[in-house]
Amino acid sequence: MASAPPIDEGLRSELQKQGIWVTSMQELYNWGRRNSIWPLQFGLACCAIEMIATAASRYDLARFGGEVFRPSPRQADLMIVAGTVTKKMAPQIVRLYNQMPDPKYVISMGACAISGGPFKQGYNVLKGIDRYIPVDVYIPGCPPRPEALLHAFMELQRKIDGQKLTGTGKAAFLDKTVPSEFPVPAFGAHDLEPPANADVFHPPKIERH
Amino acid sequence: MSLSTRAQHSAVEAPPGMPSRLDGELLEVSMGPQHPSTHGVFRMNVALEGEVVRRLKPVFGYLHRNHEKIGENTSYLGSMPYTDRLDYICSMSNNWGYALSVEKLAGIEVPERAEYLRVILAELTRLVNHASLLGFLLSDMGAWGTPLMYAFRERENILDLFESLSGSRMMCDYMRFGGCRCDLPPGWMERARKVVDGFPHFLDEFEQLITGNEILIARTQEVGKLSAELAISAGITGPGLRASGVNYDLRKVDGYGFYPRFKFRVPLGEHGDCYDRLMMRVLELRETLGILRQAMDDLPAGPIMNPKVKIRAFKPPVGEAYGRIEAPKGELGFYLISDGSGNPYRYRVRPPSLINLTVLEDMCLGHTVADVMVILGSIDIVMGEVDR
Amino acid sequence: MEALDEIKVRIEAAIPGARLEIIPNPGPANQSSLLLDHAHASTVARFLRDDPALRLDYCSNVTGVDWLERTVKKKVKVKKVVEGEEKELEETREEIFSGYLEAVYHLYSMAHKHGPLVVRLRTRDRAEGAHLPSLTPVWRSAEFQEREIYDLYGIHFDGHPDLRRILMWDEFTDHPMRKDYREPDDYEYEPTPHDDVLEKAKQHYVPRPAQDGTANIAAQ
Repeated sequence: MASAPPIDEGLRSELQKQGIWVTSMQELYNWGRRNSIWPLQFGLACCAIEMIATAASRYDLARFGGEVFRPSPRQADLMIVAGTVTKKMAPQIVRLYNQMPDPKYVISMGACAISGGPFKQGYNVLKGIDRYIPVDVYIPGCPPRPEALLHAFMELQRKIDGQKLTGTGKAAFLDKTVPSEFPVPAFGAHDLEPPANADVFHPPKIERH
Repeated sequence: MSLSTRAQHSAVEAPPGMPSRLDGELLEVSMGPQHPSTHGVFRMNVALEGEVVRRLKPVFGYLHRNHEKIGENTSYLGSMPYTDRLDYICSMSNNWGYALSVEKLAGIEVPERAEYLRVILAELTRLVNHASLLGFLLSDMGAWGTPLMYAFRERENILDLFESLSGSRMMCDYMRFGGCRCDLPPGWMERARKVVDGFPHFLDEFEQLITGNEILIARTQEVGKLSAELAISAGITGPGLRASGVNYDLRKVDGYGFYPRFKFRVPLGEHGDCYDRLMMRVLELRETLGILRQAMDDLPAGPIMNPKVKIRAFKPPVGEAYGRIEAPKGELGFYLISDGSGNPYRYRVRPPSLINLTVLEDMCLGHTVADVMVILGSIDIVMGEVDR
Repeated sequence: MEALDEIKVRIEAAIPGARLEIIPNPGPANQSSLLLDHAHASTVARFLRDDPALRLDYCSNVTGVDWLERTVKKKVKVKKVVEGEEKELEETREEIFSGYLEAVYHLYSMAHKHGPLVVRLRTRDRAEGAHLPSLTPVWRSAEFQEREIYDLYGIHFDGHPDLRRILMWDEFTDHPMRKDYREPDDYEYEPTPHDDVLEKAKQHYVPRPAQDGTANIAAQ
């Protein structure tokens, strides 16, 4: 856990042996949140089939508390961007993200959602959803195996577990100065306008000869 | 229950007990691109009068990932993995369609064993596709989850076979022009036989679950009727065409691969409604199992690749070719123009899913908005192929 | 099915004034095609569909092809007077073929189970003259495919019931499947570029800053 526990670990385990369970508000709150993540039922392309397979009988996402796929963004905590994001679809995705209530998380599933993947050179393919919305977990693969999506899910749970509720460095969704909605790009004559959101997309400058 | 038991109400009028008019006022509803039962990012602009559909315009392009442009800028071999991502449930049959077209373009012979392997894998793909379709379609009708779980249980078994053969669950990239990429790993055939032998159990269970179900019959019979004339004119292919009673199966008509060597029947519908389209899939699954058993019994030994073909730096002679196969969703065609260089001058995919949607509006008019999902589900589309 | 030249003869007999041309296909596929003129295209299409021997009732595939203007270099022997003497010289001459857009239709018969018959239509040029008669009234299956050609190639199909963009958004002005289309450059971040992407990514590189007083190689 990233934040320091508010109670001495030795004392806590000693108390636990006596049948007294001591916890903090933050731990309880994050424990509840991380074990009931409701993903948005929303598939874009090939990865969506693997996402369904993850939720289906063999891989069973329910073991991690993530089986309640909600068709409405108003009820969802997690957006799994599963598949190629085209420029025609990108405004819709930003709109869906804006409609989700805080706290909200994004998993960028598969090569296409990360960077455009094999379809990078297409004229209608967005080269990564992180040009418009912030992403929490990236999973590579084309498509990633269901195990990889489960791994991403566990990474996200770890991230939620470490989020602080108060003080400096508290979670972004509790900070009113951090935006939770982002402008929706418009359809232009040749490309989306703007082609990337400068507030979100900060590619490292590549220095080469 | 037999095909003749049908709901009595006419399809054109609103169902009884439902207000048919709202003072003639039309309500515009945009269904999709984010909608739980549009099978991806498909969108329909529907004009409703009460609950009844009066106009329906499909909107495409939300998954247009420029397949054809990329295909023209890459080598012939380089396009093969992209074909996996067309209809991403059936990568094996997409591979075959493309390989067949390139073989036509360059006049390549395929060894006997490779042709048999192609038949086996394409038919396994048909099992995956039709089983998933049954699950998705029932989900659309409100049987949320359970049939899909059954279907995906079977799908996982077949994907295990694909994975041990090609290294990938979904994107197999297995076939090459002139043959196949690699031979079967040891023990593969025994496992495949086990899967095929276990499949009828799933089908029996499934049929018991659905075919006599009152709700299913009320939701599908007399819904989304398609006449044979309109189906032919609109270029509908695959189970959707045969449900309207047109006997046109490319495995019989073109006789590509070694299909003429196998004994199988082509199931035909009579009414062209959603129920017939659904049952076409169930009946086709049974025939597919028969083809699989025959092909597995007869599989000859020998090479799996034509040694004369140089698949890297492949340069077919100048010319053009259109090759087509009976993919699980309909006629999948590839049209290639070669200018003698390493990249095709024109690379075109004839997508069955897109063309099967041509008459979606005609099928939906006069039905309720809830029926639209059933009709769309029974057409069986995958957006990767619709938009490419 | 009959041979293509027999079909051509029959069409010309049935439809007076129709100008047809057989475009040979040199490849092993042996699918030669029939080029129709604009004025008689839909009459010929109806004939192909309704003729009892052909019955090409199923239009499987409709697609566009972009042929750019190209110059073909030819060696021609020319007689010339050089230094008072007449000599035969070899000279290379450039012949310019103007560009055009093409729509290709693959026709099959579900009734007789034969095919394909390949039919082509060519536009006058690649700009204002990019008009073709629509065959959607004859075969309904051409509806979406002709819309797609309009979207990606910019061929206007006269007589199409609903000619709008199908894959790209309505505000889009280009025709991206044309061979001279240039896509927008958004290759800002490419950690491992190769092939065509490398050239595009290089334009976004910044020169490496000078370290320890050594001059930057790229800046020189």
